Amino acid sequence: MDEPQKRRVALKVLGATLGASAFAYAMAPVRKWAAGLSVDQFLQRHYRELTKEELAPILRRLEAKAKADYGRDVVIRDPDPLEGAEFGYALNLSVCIGCRKCAEACHVENNHDRTTNNSYIRVLEMEQGSFDMERGDATYEHAVPAPGKYYLPVQCQQCDNAPCVTVCPVQATWKEPDGIVVVDYDWCIGCRYCEAACPYHARRFNWQKPEIPAEEINPDQSYLSNRVRPQGVVEKCHFCLHRTRVGRNPACLEACPTGARVFGNLADPSSDIRWVLENRRVYVLKEELGTHPRFFYFFEK
Amino acid sequence: MTPQRHAVDYPRFLLRMALLSFEGTWRFYVWMTVLSAIALVGANAWAHQLAEGMALTGMTDHVSWGLYIANFTFGVGLAAGAVMMVIPAYLYDDHEMHDVVILGELLAIAAIVVCLLFIVVDMGRPDRFWHILPGVGRFNWPVSMLTWDVLVLNGYLLINLHIAGYLIYTRYLGERPAKRWYLPFVFLSIAWAISIHSVTAFLYAGLGGRPFWNSALLAPRFIASAFVSGPAFVILLLQLVRSTTTFKIGEGPIRTLSSVFRVTILVNLFMFGSEVFTELYSGGAHSASAKYLFVGLHGKTALVPWIWSALALNLASALFAHAPWPEGRRLAMLNLACVAAFAGVWIEKGMGLIIPGFVPSTLHEVVEYVPSAVEWKITAGIWAVGLMVLTLAIKLALPVLSGEVRARGAAGE
Repeated sequence: MDEPQKRRVALKVLGATLGASAFAYAMAPVRKWAAGLSVDQFLQRHYRELTKEELAPILRRLEAKAKADYGRDVVIRDPDPLEGAEFGYALNLSVCIGCRKCAEACHVENNHDRTTNNSYIRVLEMEQGSFDMERGDATYEHAVPAPGKYYLPVQCQQCDNAPCVTVCPVQATWKEPDGIVVVDYDWCIGCRYCEAACPYHARRFNWQKPEIPAEEINPDQSYLSNRVRPQGVVEKCHFCLHRTRVGRNPACLEACPTGARVFGNLADPSSDIRWVLENRRVYVLKEELGTHPRFFYFFEK
Repeated sequence: MTPQRHAVDYPRFLLRMALLSFEGTWRFYVWMTVLSAIALVGANAWAHQLAEGMALTGMTDHVSWGLYIANFTFGVGLAAGAVMMVIPAYLYDDHEMHDVVILGELLAIAAIVVCLLFIVVDMGRPDRFWHILPGVGRFNWPVSMLTWDVLVLNGYLLINLHIAGYLIYTRYLGERPAKRWYLPFVFLSIAWAISIHSVTAFLYAGLGGRPFWNSALLAPRFIASAFVSGPAFVILLLQLVRSTTTFKIGEGPIRTLSSVFRVTILVNLFMFGSEVFTELYSGGAHSASAKYLFVGLHGKTALVPWIWSALALNLASALFAHAPWPEGRRLAMLNLACVAAFAGVWIEKGMGLIIPGFVPSTLHEVVEYVPSAVEWKITAGIWAVGLMVLTLAIKLALPVLSGEVRARGAAGE
């Protein structure tokens, strides 16, 4: 090699070294992110491929992580769907006053991020005489009920023909035997196609790691419902399955001061919700889309 | 030639290519250094986005896809549009086009790399990529259109890698490429090019809850605009290659591509107008997104300057490409038309298509979206990587094709 050639090689080596170290420097923040990941978590199978025995250590690991990350002792269960249960929800628009106690109860019950005040329920203030959401307002800040208005709380409609389930590329979301559409937060890849597909704005994405003070965490949790979600995955209303699968009512129903909400088993002829469906004129949102919601709205006679 | 020889020759070929990719003029070094710097800025922004979450983007639960998916959509069009060189070359046996068709294939490869990167940066959990691998994860095929997109995009990448790789490798060995090893793939790639952009359109068009996208015209519009942006880019690329390398490129390919371009730019405008008419004339809730896009809704107007710029650029492009310029200025005006069309389609297929699908939201709330600095950095970084891939691919391919770089002992050395 002559001199210019040597110089050229030396320059190339210098350039490559500089480039490589610049790349390492640029990617340094990833180390913080990778520190929160574990091999077990990386290799974890889909919820529906796990037996109860295989799921148990995963639940313990998630509890330990909740303790480490949030400083709270929590219990994460995995209640099974009740035999023969077909959950449905109905909401009486004649008595709803738009107080948003349901949205607040959801926020607390389901361990939502405090900084964004997230909730699975959005209440639209609608104009009397119109079903047009275009004229609704979800950000009202005044005393309720306002004259000339009625209120339309919207949450996951637990569609029987759910577009969100159809579009998910990895089957991270599906419909359970009791009719509840759930998400495996440990399987979701965060592409948000479901969020684009949902016609009811029912899905939420964890744009950042949820922030909740230890004392505000609801320790009664389940794998498919209200455990604190990881960053970068999608979540949604699950009809409080950690409550409803053990015979309790959803938190939003308990919080409602006007009794507008009726929850129950559609397959049970003696249930309250069946009485509503049989004796009230009910309708569903965006029926024309063919999603077959399990959430019904009605007005008093 | 025996298979054993390939076992030796092919790794040697790859090594030679790797070494060659560090050789070049000072202009090459400057260009690659600038691109590397931009890519590094993008990599750093992405690292922050991973660590701190996608709250660093301008996206929200109302507008849950933004600049990344916008650029992804445009990139798929660019990749599909590159096939516009393959069709004349092989279907119509245009010999001059034959010599340069490889540039189109290399562009397709670079564009697909760009698309895949945009998908990766849009994922909340890229660490879970294996969940989408068929057989290993839970691949929701054939139900989810996104799984179709994974198949067609990766398939298109492989097909083009094979065609381009095979042609370059055989030329490197000084052999005549055997038709049966590439011609079937060339014809496959033509059909496949149409499929990538159609499937990408179906991804949006199949969503009943998003009236702005829920249109049968979406896929044809995607194809039309792909055949604008693809040829526009290649016309400029051919001239650039002609002026910076010794590779011979005649007037024929540019003439053919500009005839294609002149037609597709008008078809694209026509479809655009047809869609706007349908959206706005009948009125009602269906037209809310289009109203937001063109004139704003409830006083919110973030997209209005974007779409009118797109329309102005596309109209200007049609004018530049069709007006009877004097002979001496014709090429300059064509180039101007290409630049305008490329930018116009980038907006129209990106910000002008993805964002209004989310505004107003499905509960008819008007929440606006403005890309954040992190999104712009990552976007610039990805395009820089794409340009690096394209530069290297062309830089390696041309001397092999022209016979300057050959295997030792190869025929014709």
